[in-house]
Amino acid sequence: MHELGIVFYIIRDVKQVAEENHVSHVSRVVMHIGEVSTVIPEYLTDCWRWAADKEDLLRGCQLQVVPIPAVSYCGDCQQEFETVRHGKTCPFCQSGNTWLLRGNEVEIQEIEVTNTLNNTT
Amino acid sequence: MDEVKIIEIKKSVFADNEKDAEALRQELKDKRVYLLNLMSSPGSGKTTTLIRTINLLKDRLRIAVMEADIDSDVDAVKIKEATGIQSIQLHTGGMCHLDAEMTRQGLDNLDMTGTDLVILENVGNLVCPAEFDTGAVRNAMILSVPEGDDKPLKYPLMFSVCDLVLVNKIDVLPYFDFDLEKCRAHVLQRNPAAQVIPICAKTGEGVEAFADWLVAQVQAWQEQ
Repeated sequence: MHELGIVFYIIRDVKQVAEENHVSHVSRVVMHIGEVSTVIPEYLTDCWRWAADKEDLLRGCQLQVVPIPAVSYCGDCQQEFETVRHGKTCPFCQSGNTWLLRGNEVEIQEIEVTNTLNNTT
Repeated sequence: MDEVKIIEIKKSVFADNEKDAEALRQELKDKRVYLLNLMSSPGSGKTTTLIRTINLLKDRLRIAVMEADIDSDVDAVKIKEATGIQSIQLHTGGMCHLDAEMTRQGLDNLDMTGTDLVILENVGNLVCPAEFDTGAVRNAMILSVPEGDDKPLKYPLMFSVCDLVLVNKIDVLPYFDFDLEKCRAHVLQRNPAAQVIPICAKTGEGVEAFADWLVAQVQAWQEQ
């Protein structure tokens, strides 16, 4: 359910970038969502549809989710492994001295804008 | 025809909240107020634990409580009636968590003159509140025995952001397959620096240790 809160954060950031670049409409927002970020892409896009359509700037704007697989690293045997499959324990040497390399992202990568306010003047 | 343009952003959506939270922590530091963010699942005994602890501490520290819930003010009323301290209710408007901005708005409604410690009782939930830095000095959480000792494995983020884990309802340990040592190992796997204190809010067992932890935390924060 925190997807709605995250959608509000995305809207705030996108609005700010749009203002700085004199953009009048955003047609696509591309997000990187990590596999273990606790954000569920389907919930995120549902919340997005509901909230984005209330804004002139974002009406009809598509939220594109690029999933990022979670990968952990073992500090003892220095190998990488799939986090979701093996958790905190290294599958090669059974060490618990492991940490997440990637897969925790909730990032706005880029936005696609269809026209800028400069063009109309 | 409209020109299609791509603007690169590459920014975490939590970046602004983290900035707000850092600013709030600095302000609290200047005011010599310690803010604790207390999290847990619903029904773990947050409010009962707080009442016990506050009654132990209210002669030593000036304490205020902010209760965050989706709706109702039962917790804030209960705290005020049982302890007599300042307690306010925040409504999250349907949201499952508080962020730094909502926390600041709540603090604005508290009289903080002479206050040493503010405890934020976050929305009961083991997932969402862990994602958002509230601006608190420390995060603590309560895991109650009936929930099971495997929770640190299932909710890794929550346990990795908490400096203190209170294991509550230890009076019912004989009736559950809850292994305290296993639980401690699971917590430390997520956060090697975490402290685990077993308590029973109902009987008061172990609550003294939590109270001492709080006093030491507040003193260190005010002296730094």
